[in-house]
Amino acid sequence: MGLLYGLIAVGLALIFGLMDVTNFAHGEFLMIAMYLSFFLFAFFAIDPLLSAPLVAAALFVFGAVVYLLIVRFAMRAKANAGMVQIFTTFGLAIVMRGLAQYFFTPDYRSIPQSWLGGKTISVAGIFLPEPQLVGALVSIAAFAGLYFFIHRTDFGRALEATREDPGAVALVGIDKNRVFAFGWGLGAALVGLAGAIMAVFFYIYPDVGASFALIAYVTVALGGFGSVFGAFAGGIIVGLVEAVTALVLPPSLKSVGIYAVYLLVVFIRPRGLFGSM
Amino acid sequence: MDKNFAARRRRDLVIAAVLAGLAALAPLFIKDVYVQNILILTLMYAALSQSWNILSGYCGQISLGHALYFGIGAYTTELLFTKFGVLPWFGMLGGGVIAAVIAMGLGYPFFRLRGHYFVIATIVIAEIGLLLFQNWEWAGAAMGITIPIRGDSWLKFQFLRTKLPYFYFALALCCLAWFVTWWLEDSKWGFWWRAVKDNPEAAESLGVVVFNSKMGAAAVSAFLVAIGGAFYAQFLAYIDPESVMGFQFSLLMALPAVLGGIGTLWGPVLGAAILIPMTELTRSYIGGSGRGVDLIVYGALIVAISLALPRGLVSLFSRAKPKGATR
Repeated sequence: MGLLYGLIAVGLALIFGLMDVTNFAHGEFLMIAMYLSFFLFAFFAIDPLLSAPLVAAALFVFGAVVYLLIVRFAMRAKANAGMVQIFTTFGLAIVMRGLAQYFFTPDYRSIPQSWLGGKTISVAGIFLPEPQLVGALVSIAAFAGLYFFIHRTDFGRALEATREDPGAVALVGIDKNRVFAFGWGLGAALVGLAGAIMAVFFYIYPDVGASFALIAYVTVALGGFGSVFGAFAGGIIVGLVEAVTALVLPPSLKSVGIYAVYLLVVFIRPRGLFGSM
Repeated sequence: MDKNFAARRRRDLVIAAVLAGLAALAPLFIKDVYVQNILILTLMYAALSQSWNILSGYCGQISLGHALYFGIGAYTTELLFTKFGVLPWFGMLGGGVIAAVIAMGLGYPFFRLRGHYFVIATIVIAEIGLLLFQNWEWAGAAMGITIPIRGDSWLKFQFLRTKLPYFYFALALCCLAWFVTWWLEDSKWGFWWRAVKDNPEAAESLGVVVFNSKMGAAAVSAFLVAIGGAFYAQFLAYIDPESVMGFQFSLLMALPAVLGGIGTLWGPVLGAAILIPMTELTRSYIGGSGRGVDLIVYGALIVAISLALPRGLVSLFSRAKPKGATR
C-alpha cells in the first residue's frame, strides 16, 4: 500500500516538489484518470492494465493544457503568488468535481472483472493481492524513471534551472513555459498511471481524489521538497506507518499515525527527510 | 505619511460604524427568513475570515487548519451544555480560551516551519482533530451532538421562532473581529508583522519579540474563530465532526479574505459579502439538480477572481478609495 501512495505522490513530487507549484487539484487528476480507465473498460472492454499507457498519455495532454491555460497565469501573479496558486488550483478542483458529478453522476462505480482484480499471488508463502503488487512494481519503475529523468537528462536540468532562476534560463534560450508545460504533463501522466491501476480495486466516484490527495501532499513533504528519492522514501514510510497504526488503533484512525509522523519529522527536520528547499 | 495613515484609520472607523448601523437596521426591512439566513451566514463568515486574516494575512503564516479551532469552539460549548448543563455563554468563552491555548502550544513548534511545510502541518493537525472527534464515543463520535431544545431564551442562547438574535450576535462578532484587526493594525504587533512579511531575515534579528507577536496573532485568531464555532453550533442546534471540523471549513474561512484582499482591513468583509450570498444562491437555484452545476460555477468564479485580481477585490477600490466600502 505504501508504494501506491508513492505512485500517487510521484507525480506530485514533480509538480509540487521540483517545480514548486502548488497543485490542489492533484486528487482530481487521479479521479479523472480512474474514470478514463473505467470508461475504456466499460465501452471498449480494454483491460485497465492495457489502457494504462493510453490514460497516461491523455493525462499528459490534460496536464499540459491545464498549465498553459490556467496555472501559467497564476504563476505570473505579482502579489500573493502562493495564495493565488492555492486557490486557483483549488477552484479548478471544485470545477473538475462538479463536471464529474454532472457527466458521470455521483454513483459509485467499479470495474467488475479485470486481469488483476481480486487475484492473489503467493510469494514465499505470503499471499499478495496482484493489483497492489503490480502497483508497487510500476511505482518503483516510475520513481526510477523520474530520478533518471531529472538527474541525467537535459530536460531535468532545464527544469531545475527554470525553477531556480527563470530569468537566467530565458537568457540561454530555454522557454520557461515549454519546460513547465512538459513538467506538468509528465506529472499528470504519472498520476494517470496511478489512477489506471487503482481503478482496478477502488470504487470510482467524483470525490475519490480528495481522500488520497492529502496523503500525497504529506508524502511529498515528509520526504522533503525538491527530492525525488525523498518522495519515494516518504511513500514507503507512509505505507509502513499506516500498517503499524492499523494494528494498534482502530482502522478509522489509521491516518492519525501518518499525520503524527509527518509532524514529528518536520519538527526535527524542518525541511523533511531529504529536502533541499 | 503619518497624517494620511491616521486620517485613513479615522475614516475606516467611521465607515465601519455607518455600515454596522445600516446592517443593524436591515432586519426591519428584510422579513424573509431565507434572506435573513444568508445574512447571518455572511456575517459569520466575515467574522471568521477577519479572524483568519489576522494570523494568515497580517502575520503571513498561512493556516489551512483553522477548522480545528472552529470545531473546538463548537464542541466545548455543546459538550459543556449537554453533559454538565453549563450555559453556552460560558462554554463559548471556555472554547475560545482552549482554542487560544492550543494555538499557542502548536505555534511553538509550528512557527519554525516555512512555506509549504507550515501549511501542510496546519492541514494535518486539523485532520488529526477531525479523526479523533469522529472516534470519540463520549462526544458523540461521527453521529455528533443534537442540542436539546428548551425554548427561546437569551440565557441559553437558543431561539426557535426568530432568527434575529442570531443575526445581532453575528453582527456583533463581525464588528468585534473587525475592530480587533483595526486596533492591531496600528499596534506594535502590527508593525512587527509587516516587518516579518516584508523582510523575514531583517525581522529575524529582532528575535524573540517577533516570535511572541506571532504567538499573539495565533491566539487572538484562534479565540475569535472558536467563538464563531460556538455561535454556529447554537445556530444549527446540531453538530458533527465533519460539519464543524472538516477541511472545507478551513478553506471557507480563508476564501473570503483571499478573494476580498488578504492582509487588508476590508478584504474579508468585502469577500464574504460577495462570496457567501453567491454560494447560497447558486446552491439553492442551480444546485437542486444534484448534478454539480453549482460546483462548476462556484469553482470557475474562484479561479477567475484569483487570476484576475491577485490582490483581491479591494484593489478595485484602491483608486477611488472613499467609496470603497459599499456592500
